[in-house]
Amino acid sequence: MKVPLLCLLLAAAVPATAATALSVKEVTPGIYVHFGKHLFPDSHNHGEIANLGFIVGQKCVAVVDSGGNPEQGAALKQAVSDTTKTPICYVINTHVHPDHINGNSAFKAPGVKFVGHHKLARAMAARGSYYLDRAAEQLGVKMSATDLIPPDIEVKDSMKLDLGGRTLVLTAHPAAHTDNDLSVYDRESSTMWLSDLLFTEHVPTLDGSLKGWLAEIDKLEKQSFRYVIPGHGDVVSDWPQSLQPEKHYLTLLQTEIRAAIKKGQHLEDAVQTIGYSEKNNWALFDDYHRKNVTTAFAELEWE
Amino acid sequence: MKKILPAILLTALLPVGNTAAAEDEKIWNNVLKPEYFAQQAIQESDDVIELDAPIRAEDPALVPFKITSKIKQSKDNYIKRILVLVDNNPFPFVGDFGFTPDSGKADVAMRIRVNSNSNIRAIAEMNDGKLVMTKKFVKASGGCSAPIGANLDEAMARLGKMKFRLEDQVKTGEPNQVQLMISHPNITGMQMDQITRFIKRSHFVKDVKVTFNGKPVFTAKTDIAISADPNFRFYFVPDKAGELKAEVADTSCELPTKRDVCTKGDVYTETFKVQP
Repeated sequence: MKVPLLCLLLAAAVPATAATALSVKEVTPGIYVHFGKHLFPDSHNHGEIANLGFIVGQKCVAVVDSGGNPEQGAALKQAVSDTTKTPICYVINTHVHPDHINGNSAFKAPGVKFVGHHKLARAMAARGSYYLDRAAEQLGVKMSATDLIPPDIEVKDSMKLDLGGRTLVLTAHPAAHTDNDLSVYDRESSTMWLSDLLFTEHVPTLDGSLKGWLAEIDKLEKQSFRYVIPGHGDVVSDWPQSLQPEKHYLTLLQTEIRAAIKKGQHLEDAVQTIGYSEKNNWALFDDYHRKNVTTAFAELEWE
Repeated sequence: MKKILPAILLTALLPVGNTAAAEDEKIWNNVLKPEYFAQQAIQESDDVIELDAPIRAEDPALVPFKITSKIKQSKDNYIKRILVLVDNNPFPFVGDFGFTPDSGKADVAMRIRVNSNSNIRAIAEMNDGKLVMTKKFVKASGGCSAPIGANLDEAMARLGKMKFRLEDQVKTGEPNQVQLMISHPNITGMQMDQITRFIKRSHFVKDVKVTFNGKPVFTAKTDIAISADPNFRFYFVPDKAGELKAEVADTSCELPTKRDVCTKGDVYTETFKVQP
């Protein structure tokens, strides 16, 4: 029974023509974003759910996140070459999650450097085989170990990337959304690509450190940006206004979980009651909220 | 997740679901039963112990899992040990938990890693050798999480730290619940060779022994399926004031799914004064 099903899923995974370009929007001159839909990654959307895009300089293009599968990576690459003749020099991975890195292999070519947080390679190594299994089982995507490409350039604290007439400042954050979050700031246009450090509409997903994330939010909130690009959700032009729902959600988790731990409540009971006042404020709340409470609880009980 | 699949895909998926369920019994019948209970009769029933686990494992790294016993631990009739297995995990053995009449109740709660859709099964062995099994099917979640800890460095920094948590009012002569928290990354050692530049070996809590005034109340042999920062809840019956003591030993093995080449690790201890 497995063979026909696999064929069916694989057939669905292949785009109609290999050269179909991913739809992108120019949010400010030279910065193009493909906005993902708020869906749980599955065999229907093949993990194509995150915001992806690229930044064009005079000499180089930097791709920011490569897609949920190699085909989506190829479609993003096509969008780059439909937009500009400038070559891709860098593929920046903002963190280890499969919807952001599974398209890496589509960009592998001489002259293309992969860039990530200094803890990204470790996270890829530890999670890679699990992610490959899940891609086959749950995303209907066939991938192999060669599709997982660790960074050539590792960012320890902060690093500048010169694209020609445009300098990107990459920042490696302490554990927050994951333990390998990297943000990309374009001085030229005052645009901050926060990726999954910022969620709008789509419920935030916690896979790093709740306290760390709130600490990063406090720092980012004090800065001013003209545009901020989230990993999931629309581009933001009213910073730090659009950060407030995420800040509120994460703060609420922290407050309620601390109170539950103090009362001696157990994890499995806490996930049934904590944070449900936020249910109607977010897309995919039912898919991720309990996982968020679980991860946060396990962190906060060691305070 | 399946709810948004088109009908045609949903129909196509059904036979696979059934095949997967049948395969679950195959691993038990062909591999696990012969390995752990060769030639032994096992009764399948919920009369001795019951399992509680979420239907869907939202976080594969941390699935809360609880065994509730339905019999009182007495000198003549008690649950001696409970073996826990996750059939489809790369290393199915979760733990072997030991109890005594002094445990009061052979209940145990823990957090485990569940890699893919799988039966979780618990086999209780009575003091007279009788074996009773119960099981529950857990669906693994998709999404972005993976069955390892979220913040490895944080867990490493706290390595070996332990905490006991008890109810405010401890009562003599009846079972009281104890929570033992152990800070340990419980590294699986499962990783991709071509990207490996980091943690090459597994490193996990292997033995847990808890005594009250020197008498054992709870023991556990555990493995990589226990979540980072192992967390156990169990019972003990204090007869008077005294001291709970936990001794925890870890190990490190060359290969993630083989236990023949391992190095003895460290021993961590923690005590707690009980004042009923």
